[in-house]
Amino acid sequence: MMVLRALLARPWIWSFIGALLVWLAAISFTGGYGAGGMITAALSLAVFMVIVGIGQMFVITLGPGNVDLSLPANIGLASAVAMKVMGGSDAMILVGLVAALTSGMAVGMANYLLIRALRIPPIIATLSSSFIVHSIDIAYGRGLQIKPPPAFADFTNIQFLGIPILAICGVVFAFLAGIALQRMIYGRSVLAIGQNMRAAWLAGIPVERIRFLTYTLSGALGGINGALLAGYFRGASVDIGNEYLLSSIAVVVIGGTSVAGGKANVPGIWGAALFLVLLLTMLNTFGVSAGIRLLLTGLIIVGVITAAGGQKALR
Amino acid sequence: MTVAATEPLGRSGLRSPAFARFLRALLPALSLTLILIAIAYLNPRAISYFGFSLMLNLAIPIALATIAQMFVITVNELDLSIGTFVGFVACVTATWLRDAPLLGILVLLGSIGVYAALGALIHLRNLPSIVVTLGMSFVWQGLAILLLPKPGGKAPDWLLGLMSLKPPLVPFPILAAVVIALVVHFGLMRTSYGAVLRGTGGNAQAVKRAGWSILRTKVTMFAMTGVFGVLSGMALVGITTSADANLGNGYTLLAIAGVILGGGEFVGGRVSPIGAVLGALTLALAASPLLTFMRIPPDWQVAANGLILIVVLAARALISRREGDR
Repeated sequence: MMVLRALLARPWIWSFIGALLVWLAAISFTGGYGAGGMITAALSLAVFMVIVGIGQMFVITLGPGNVDLSLPANIGLASAVAMKVMGGSDAMILVGLVAALTSGMAVGMANYLLIRALRIPPIIATLSSSFIVHSIDIAYGRGLQIKPPPAFADFTNIQFLGIPILAICGVVFAFLAGIALQRMIYGRSVLAIGQNMRAAWLAGIPVERIRFLTYTLSGALGGINGALLAGYFRGASVDIGNEYLLSSIAVVVIGGTSVAGGKANVPGIWGAALFLVLLLTMLNTFGVSAGIRLLLTGLIIVGVITAAGGQKALR
Repeated sequence: MTVAATEPLGRSGLRSPAFARFLRALLPALSLTLILIAIAYLNPRAISYFGFSLMLNLAIPIALATIAQMFVITVNELDLSIGTFVGFVACVTATWLRDAPLLGILVLLGSIGVYAALGALIHLRNLPSIVVTLGMSFVWQGLAILLLPKPGGKAPDWLLGLMSLKPPLVPFPILAAVVIALVVHFGLMRTSYGAVLRGTGGNAQAVKRAGWSILRTKVTMFAMTGVFGVLSGMALVGITTSADANLGNGYTLLAIAGVILGGGEFVGGRVSPIGAVLGALTLALAASPLLTFMRIPPDWQVAANGLILIVVLAARALISRREGDR
């Protein structure tokens, strides 16, 4: 009983409960058929949301107005860069990953530069840079039809006892991110800045360095995600990252991280990502049309946010 | 980090804060003029009645969507669903408003009601507007697809007639832009309730203690966003003649960019309706006519929008530093 109560007090448990309920609804509809397959598919798609979601989480935790809108464009460009550098050859996989990482980090650094040098609000800075990155991607990735190297495509699709290897890596990564957030100076600094930037500065936290690191981290994760997505979907495309504008923000907020900053939650990101993916799976198994699916997804997101409630305003 | 104003008093002339503020207010008009000069230089024939009608055609719905976004930004919120909402309105206009006008009008009024309800929800539950409106963007898109699974429909004839008006001397898009800018400017900047509405963005606590209902101001502003979103969608269909569920998707980010280009700030209720319309016109002109004349491939059109934003914001940062207010 004590354990249960302690669990329920955790903000992230609700997103897992939501995911479980949606999954149960889906398998009760199919009469238990494909229950395991659904989890496998959900895990392999959710991991992509988790990777960018964690980057977005650190950015959002920096405080009000901090959000990375350049992720979709960043992911698109990195997917093209990775496929071009790998060139379909197994020997170049590592080089391609590093190239995608570098491309993502460059976008993140450019974002920070705009925020810092031009004093642009982060929303508009990442928005303007995403316009430019998007164009670069269109020009660079035009007609790109390079398949990922076989070994890389296998790696992104391979499963162990029905669990995608990538998802296992994602769990390990989330665990490390949780440690970085709660136990390392970097994460504590991010939290402090989110709670009160001026107080954090007066306390001697190198505010600007931490903000620089955070935007670069978010960019880097976007880059890695682009490469992995290109491997998973067997090819790069300009629109490959489009859905991650919404989902990266949604998983962070549904997962229990405060949009006002200063309060973050890593496990919740996994729960929220599984919830969103299983929600789509459920609506697909119900066989609803695309319009109904979008409509219900939207209503459920609004409903969940309303139920979770906002934070009491700090005065 | 905000640094308190350290400008010594009594400075005058070109380096005074007052002059900087004036320069800042002038910036949107200045960037639009620069774009126009560039176009005139590249293709003098474009600067004509016909040229403007053609180049600025799509500027009307963009300007209306920008004004819609400006209303929510005034009260420190953000609407990430305005693009899909414009698309939804376009679909309603091209189907129901034509075939069953009464139903169409009811649906459009209802959608404005939804916006007002969202304002109340966001305020009462203290929700992040970014997430709520992101969710709503799915709702509008879903409804639009249900209504019009394939591109089609047809705009009502009166709307087609209105959007292809050819007034004497001044091209219709310019006339419309001036009317939109002046009407909103008067309502928001020159009336006493307009000051209360902007005050909600500036200092909600103060407005509340002065006896005004914050709930009412937020609901008003969200409803106004709905109204101008509806106008934008209708204007868009009037130009494109038929609708598509994805018609307005690009407007979300364009509208935010327009507000910021026009001198608006994300927090503090500092917005400018005239600036927002000018910002929208700048984006509309820079996005395609200018680039076409410069023979830049369409791939880079999006980048041009980003670049213009960055350049204008850089100029503003320089001016603001002189203004000494941040």
